[in-house]
Order: sequence, then C-alpha cells, then structure tokens
Amino acid sequence: MSVDVAKPGTRGTVSLTAPRLPREAPLLVGVGAVAVAALVWLLLGWPLVGSAVVGGLVFLVALPAWSRVVEGRRSATDRLMTALIWTTFVVAMVPLVSLVATVVTKGAPVVNREFLTYSLFSTGAEQPPGIYHAIMGTLIITVGAAIISVPVGVLAAIYLVEYGKRNQLARMVTFLVDVMTGIPSIVAGLFAFALFTVLFGPGFQAGIGGSVALSLLMIPIVVRATEEMLRLVPDDLREASYALGTPKWRTIVKVVLPTTIGGIITGVTLAVARVIGETAPLLLIAGLAARTNTDPFSGAMTTLPVQIYSFNSRQETLDLAWGAALVLIVIVLALNLVARVIGKIFAPKTGN
Amino acid sequence: MTTTLAKPEPPRSRPPRRQRTPRPVTSLGDRVFRMLTLGASLLILLALAGVFVFLFVKGAPGFTQAADVYGRASSFTGYVLPLLGGTVIAALIALLIAVPLAWGIALVISHYAPRFVAVPAAYLVDLLAAVPSVVFGLWGVVVLAPKMVPVFDFLNTYFGWIPIFSGDVSNSGRTIVTAGVVLAIMILPIITAITREVFSRTPRLNQEAALALGATRWEMMRLTVFPYGRSGMVSASMLGLGRALGETMAVAMVLSLGAWSDFKLLEPGNSSIAANIASKYKERSEELTSVLIATGLVLFLLTFVVNATARWIVGRSERRMASA
Repeated sequence: MSVDVAKPGTRGTVSLTAPRLPREAPLLVGVGAVAVAALVWLLLGWPLVGSAVVGGLVFLVALPAWSRVVEGRRSATDRLMTALIWTTFVVAMVPLVSLVATVVTKGAPVVNREFLTYSLFSTGAEQPPGIYHAIMGTLIITVGAAIISVPVGVLAAIYLVEYGKRNQLARMVTFLVDVMTGIPSIVAGLFAFALFTVLFGPGFQAGIGGSVALSLLMIPIVVRATEEMLRLVPDDLREASYALGTPKWRTIVKVVLPTTIGGIITGVTLAVARVIGETAPLLLIAGLAARTNTDPFSGAMTTLPVQIYSFNSRQETLDLAWGAALVLIVIVLALNLVARVIGKIFAPKTGN
Repeated sequence: MTTTLAKPEPPRSRPPRRQRTPRPVTSLGDRVFRMLTLGASLLILLALAGVFVFLFVKGAPGFTQAADVYGRASSFTGYVLPLLGGTVIAALIALLIAVPLAWGIALVISHYAPRFVAVPAAYLVDLLAAVPSVVFGLWGVVVLAPKMVPVFDFLNTYFGWIPIFSGDVSNSGRTIVTAGVVLAIMILPIITAITREVFSRTPRLNQEAALALGATRWEMMRLTVFPYGRSGMVSASMLGLGRALGETMAVAMVLSLGAWSDFKLLEPGNSSIAANIASKYKERSEELTSVLIATGLVLFLLTFVVNATARWIVGRSERRMASA
C-alpha cells in the first residue's frame, strides 16, 4: 500500500490520500504495551494478572491516541473499537483456559485404573475410592433418557415437517419446543420428582426418574436438530418416490430418513452431550448412593455430576471431585467429537 | 383428511369435479404412521402441560403452609421474594458481563477475524458450552472465588459509598457477584452463537455500500450490521437471561447458604430459587418440599415468560425480514 503513495514532502507532490499510520502500528504499540506490562511485573512486583491488565490498557489508550493525532477522530474510534472487540475475545478465553488447565492439572493425578473401576462402597479397609458406580449410573440414566426422547423427538419433527405444514398445531408445537429449550433443569427435576411421588408415593428415588427429567430437556434439542435436517431434504426426492407409487410413510422411512440419518445422529449425540452433564434434576430424583446400582427402576442411582457435587461438599474429597470432573469433561468432549465426525461423514449432498 | 377422498362426495349442486391430481395413496400404514407422529407432537404438548400441572398439584399446598415452615419469613411471599431477588440479581450481573463480551466475540468471529482464526475461535466458544455446569461450579468455588476477594476489597474500599458495595466483604469470595461471573461465562456461548448468526446474515451489499461511502469498519458495523441484527441481539440476550435465571448448580455451589441480606452484593449469604431448591431438597419434610416446588413453579413461570418473549421477538423479526 504505502509503496506507491507519495508521502507529503517527498519531491514536492501532494498526497491524495489521508495520512495513515504505518501498517506495523498495532504491532509496535503492542510490543510497547507488553514491555510496559513486563516492567510493571518485574520492577514493581505487581501480580501477573494485574500487569497484563495494565499492558492491555496501555494498548487501548496508546493506539487510538496515536491514530487521533495522525489520522483523525473517526479512524481513532475505529481503532479503539477494533482493539476493544479483540479484547472481548481474549477476556473470554481466560476462564476457558483457566478452567481446562485446572481440571487437567488437578484431575489427572487422581484418575487411574482403581479410580475408574472401584465404587465408593468399600468392601475392604484398603480399597481406594472410585467412581465406577457414578459412571455406570450416568450411562444408564442417559441411555434411558435417549430411549425416551429420540423416538418422541424424531417422530414429532417428522410431523412438523412432513404432515403439519404450517397448521395451527404444528406452529404451536414449534413454539412450545422453542420455549422448552429454556426450561430450567431444576424445574425438569421437580417435575419428575412430583410425577413419581404422585405415582409411587413420597421418597421415591430411581434412575428412571432421572431419565424422564433428562428427556424433558433432551426432546426439544432432538426435535430442533431433526426438523432442520428434514427441511434440507430436497422435495424432488420425495416426489420421485411418490411417482413410483410409494406411500407417504414408506417414502419418509425409506427415502427421507436415510438421507438425513447422519444429521439426526449428530443432533442426538449433541443432545446427549448436553444432558449428560446435568446435575440438578438428578440430585432431586436419582439421588446418591455409594454402591453400584444397575437397576434403573429401584433405588438411588449416582451419576457423575451428582458425585462431583457430593465430593465438592467435603474438603477431604475435593481432589476426587477434580478427577471426576476430568472424566466427565472427557466424556462430553468425546461425544461432541463423535457428533462432528458423524456429521462430516454423513453430510447430506445438497450440491445439485 | 386424505382418507375421506376415497368415499363418494355428498351430492352438490355442481357436478363432481374430476380428480386430476393423482390420488394420495392412503394405506393402513400411512394412517398409523401419521397417528404416531401426531401422537409424538401431542406428547410434547402434554409434557409441557404436565410440568405445569404436576408442579401445581404438588406445590399448591406450599403457598399456604404454617408460618414456621418458612423459617425466618412467615409467609410464602416473604420466603420467595428474597430468593427471587437473588435469582434476578445474579442473572442481571451475568447479563451485564456476558452481553458486551458476546457481542464482541460474535463480531470477531463474523467480521474481524480471518477465516482461519474465526473457525477455531467459534469452536473454542462452543467448547465453553460443553463444560457441565457442575464443573463450572467447582471451578467457581475453588479457583475464581479466592481471586475475586481483592476485587471485592477494591470495590468496597473505593465504591463503598454506593449502598450495594457496602458492608463487610466476604473473605471467602463466595458472593452473589462471583456467582454472577460464573453464570456470565456459562451463558456466553448461547448469546454468542445467536448473535454471530444474525451478524453474519447482514446483506453483503449493505456493508459494501457503507464502506464505499467512506465509512470506517466500525462505522460500517454501526450503520449496517447493528441495525440489521438488533432484534437478534435483544432476543439472544433474553435467551441468555432465561438460562441464567434457571441455572442451579453453579449458583448453589458458589454461594454458601443463607438468606437475602439487604441488596449488599459483596456480603456472603444470598441465594437463588434454583440453588435454594438444590440445597434444601434433602430435608424432605412434606411441608418444605411443597414450598420448594411452589418456588420452582414461580421460577418456571418467570423463565417461561422470558423465553417466550425472546422467541416472540425472533419470530417477529424473521417474519419482517421474510416479507421485506
């Protein structure tokens, strides 16, 4: 840019462009700001975070000020806003990095084979504490929630897209599904609690209650994901199938669904990843037990999040909480990754 | 109904129209499948109605229990109002922090960053959404709360003349402000995701026209991107608010137990409806349980209104855009 622009004063030509800061200006100011931060940190002995904040402020003030002098007010505002907008991003990354770093450094020393394969129910004095019971509970309750919510969610989405084209009921269901995404998880838990205590008497605790509560949170996600996928299926495909005399339901089952199966699986996996970390509803209805319980229809069943909550409440088990948190995060991330891979593999070909 | 087509039409004055379009094939399978999908839709309606009905059935006695059930407060209103206050305050603090951050991040991803930065950046923000709330709570108590103490001391020393920052600063840092900060991090991804979507849908031509008229990049944002995305920005914030109002574990873990204390944000011992339910449910007395469920009903109605309003705003702007 600056190569072919005549600078004022050189060989007497008049510049036609407004004066600009050199391209390296942000970099220069950035280096300066880092230097100031380092000085504050090393010489004045401020905490690292405080020095970083000072450095950031120096950058936010210096660059617009320089720009104000050379380029004028409007460019100065532009540079200030650009810097501020990038700052928001950096600020948001701080907690993420801090959280991941803490979970990994505090959790990794705790996680080992014993931790994953023993439950808290000790049969011997020497038995190390473990979270096997919580992992099993999480798996059973989440699979239960998926068994309830996947058929309901997928069928409802089929109704919305294939049958209820813009009728009153479909519009109402769409609206309520949207609102349902916002149900607080504790309310879902209270609902399951109220439902099961009305049906089976007070004090009822079982994994199935947790599944019902979670499916209330999961159904809207499945519906939205499936609906979006079904709308991507081109009408040509459906019409081609009708032209061959295929009834509508066979068209849906044999043509529409197979086309979108990847997207639906992705949506379901993401929904599972979303609810697997839920704590509040399970605290109310599934409870806490030290022994491994594989029967979802009777007795308290511990899940990982609830176990973390319970570990956290006592100082001496705090380390175990970080270990369990690491395991839970790894499970959630793995599910997210699987969802992305499935989405990539089965991505619908809409390129025609 | 498609099934009636097979039957002879009732006699009318004009001769029966000949069926030109191919008659839809309605087999038994078709009717069964249709009923199945319809049933699933109705089940969703039923479930939502069921939430309301069951909460009401089990919670109704909670509105009028004997005075001693409510602890220090003597009536349901006295019991729920401080909790409602705590819920709203924590959510508002979260919103105050998260909304500007989310707008900035959305702009970075949609406009400022080059593609090879924007894609991983979007992924990182989504990663925040993948962290379970109980882990956020754990982090909030162990890592964040101690770090907040100097900030609170600062606010208390220099801004103590503002009533909300007065009082004795909690020395554990486990206050409603810390809870609000944790909530802010938790609602950041959803606000960012929606705002980002809206920003990136701004018509290219509008943006280029603004630039061609000599606008700087920030002026272009102000002239084209923000006006276009205004309703999206508002509704994203409201959805974030709905999340923050209902979030349980982070608040329950960060706050040490206690009732509301005169709007002094830096003192320990506030609580929210959801956190209160999670920490008191163990007492399992029939009376207290009904009170807790009644507070849950209040929370449900509150979030329902907030979310419905947000969705209504989105829907309205989408219709407006579709017709424009």
